[in-house]
Amino acid sequence: MLTNRFLAMLDARGRIFLGVILAAIVLVPILNLVVPTGSSLHVPTWLVSLMGKYLCYAILALALDLVWGYAGILSLGHGAFFALGGYAMGMYLMRQIGARGVYANPILPDFMVFLNWKELPWFWHGFDMFPFAMLMVLLAPGLLAFVFGWFAFRSRVTGVYLSIITQALTYAMLLAFFRNDMGFGGNNGLTDFKDILGYPVQSDMTRLVLFLLTLLALALCYILARAIVTSKAGKVLVAVRDAESRTRFLGFRVEHYKLFVFTLSAMMAGLAGALYVPQVGIINPSEFQPGNSIEVVIWVAVGGRGTLVGAAIGAILVNLAKTTFTTGALAPYWLFALGALFVLTTLYMPKGVIGTFAEWREKRREKAVLAANASTTPAE
Amino acid sequence: MELKVTDYLLYLDGVSVAFDGFKAINSLSLTIEPGEMRAIIGPNGAGKTTMMDIITGKTRPDTGDVLFDGTVDLTQLDEAAIANLGIGRKFQKPTVFEMHTVEDNLRLALKGDRRVFSTLFWRDSTPEREKIDRILDTIRLGHLREASAANLSHGQKQWLEIGMLLAQDPKLLLVDEPVAGMTDAETEATAHLLKEIAKDHSVIVVEHDMAFVRELDCKVTVLHEGSVLAEGALDHVSADQRVIEVYLGR
Ligand SMILES: Nc1ncnc2c1ncn2[C@@H]1O[C@H](COP(=O)(O)OP(=O)(O)O)[C@@H](O)[C@H]1O
Ligand SMILES: [Mg+2]
Repeated sequence: MLTNRFLAMLDARGRIFLGVILAAIVLVPILNLVVPTGSSLHVPTWLVSLMGKYLCYAILALALDLVWGYAGILSLGHGAFFALGGYAMGMYLMRQIGARGVYANPILPDFMVFLNWKELPWFWHGFDMFPFAMLMVLLAPGLLAFVFGWFAFRSRVTGVYLSIITQALTYAMLLAFFRNDMGFGGNNGLTDFKDILGYPVQSDMTRLVLFLLTLLALALCYILARAIVTSKAGKVLVAVRDAESRTRFLGFRVEHYKLFVFTLSAMMAGLAGALYVPQVGIINPSEFQPGNSIEVVIWVAVGGRGTLVGAAIGAILVNLAKTTFTTGALAPYWLFALGALFVLTTLYMPKGVIGTFAEWREKRREKAVLAANASTTPAE
Repeated sequence: MELKVTDYLLYLDGVSVAFDGFKAINSLSLTIEPGEMRAIIGPNGAGKTTMMDIITGKTRPDTGDVLFDGTVDLTQLDEAAIANLGIGRKFQKPTVFEMHTVEDNLRLALKGDRRVFSTLFWRDSTPEREKIDRILDTIRLGHLREASAANLSHGQKQWLEIGMLLAQDPKLLLVDEPVAGMTDAETEATAHLLKEIAKDHSVIVVEHDMAFVRELDCKVTVLHEGSVLAEGALDHVSADQRVIEVYLGR
């Protein structure tokens, strides 16, 4: 019964998507661990980590698609929620270093000793406990989104104005986290992590497990998002996106729906950030840069807004392109390429990669049907 | 329990609203009895739509009282709260949810718990399905159940919006120009439908089409420059010299 409901919730696209994730969960460990290093099929650990990073971006894109694609909230500040989740994880990792830091202080992270601080600031307490840190990974971005959304949606700030204040939000966070006296490591951020739950962060095995966990998180976030958009609440969200005022006249509290989906989406973004930090080994204020949040919008637009799967694919494709571009001679032109990509998709592929592909398949099917009809019609 | 100020279902008294100094509604007073059907006519720009905006919380009046059910001050509530009190509205320009199917449009309108967590865990049920089936029959869109609302004709959208009102099952229905862009046959069918609805609902209909208003066979209020010019049976108001001047005579 529950499985039936689950399958009904997924469309063909969703089943393929989850199928690919499942295949990766099975295959990547084999290709990484079992297949010998010399073989062309061997997947080296650096590649596993790189893919893990892309998958974090995919979760972030999925989170943005939930609010932008389905509720029409164009957030240009989702990078802030991602970074907050990352900082929460970073704080846990910092406290795990213990006395192994340069200054060998058993409690205080190095940057605090360097600043001559005598004791741990109140908001660093509890982060030595993994479950508490994980709770904060969700609560910190969730709370920020809730408070922000509470004011913004109640005052009916929409459209461009909302997008602008979300940019302002992430910019304000950038400035705040830059300051040394905020207590988050200032400019340098948090880094030099040693271990996570007792396992060395740098080891091949930990990296593989983090990658697998990210895959799993992507699958779960997708299933959750899909459950929401296929529910009646999902239909209300789409109604809000397309005719907000009409939805109000039907008696729906639009601001509550927006607040719900915005907060949930911020928590997803926070989770993505938390998975990202141990895999890249650092979190610093640059993650709050307004440009980062805008890039997420481009991923979603390229993949296909309002499709969930498209958002994830867009994130992976654009970042693959970015890695290829920025490691070659063309590096200085990456931003131009990204801008061009955005303009071109908006103009020629408004439905993104996924939408355009679906359209193309539909057309081909229609053609096949027509051809079949023609061949069965007797010649005149 | 609040004291009932009046027995009228809807009570407007001395309501005025100005847009940049232009008085769209000018000390308007109007009362609707429970169960009554009322037609409102008047030239373009008379303030008919603005009056509906005030009743449904879209526009706040500068002065005046708007009471619902004799107790509730509508000027203090927002659109969602007013809708949940039992006031439904069909817009002049038909507005349906274009991305949704005809059936989903009705489903969203259907009376029920509007809170996030109720709709999140909502499950399809037989009584709900049957209600939607009945409404689809009434508005004659049964064959288009799965069609996207964007693909409906103008007249069909008008009907779908009336269907959404039925699904909402409000105490008071505000219907703004329901037969604009309809053929004669469709107009007649709409009049029938509204009379059917009026049997167990209070209805306010704004319309230009005189044949249609005659068909409704109810009390008529003539609005002009934001206030009531005449009120009574259609024959009575259409004999009024001032009404002929501003409206019928042109
Ligand atoms: N939001 C608004 N801002 C400025 N003027 C408005 C607004 N709404 C209505 N009006 C003006 O108020 C007058 C009454 O409009 P309306 O109520 O739409 O008339 P009706 O529905 O009777 O044709 C018109 O002159 C219109 O231009
Ligand atoms: Mg009007």
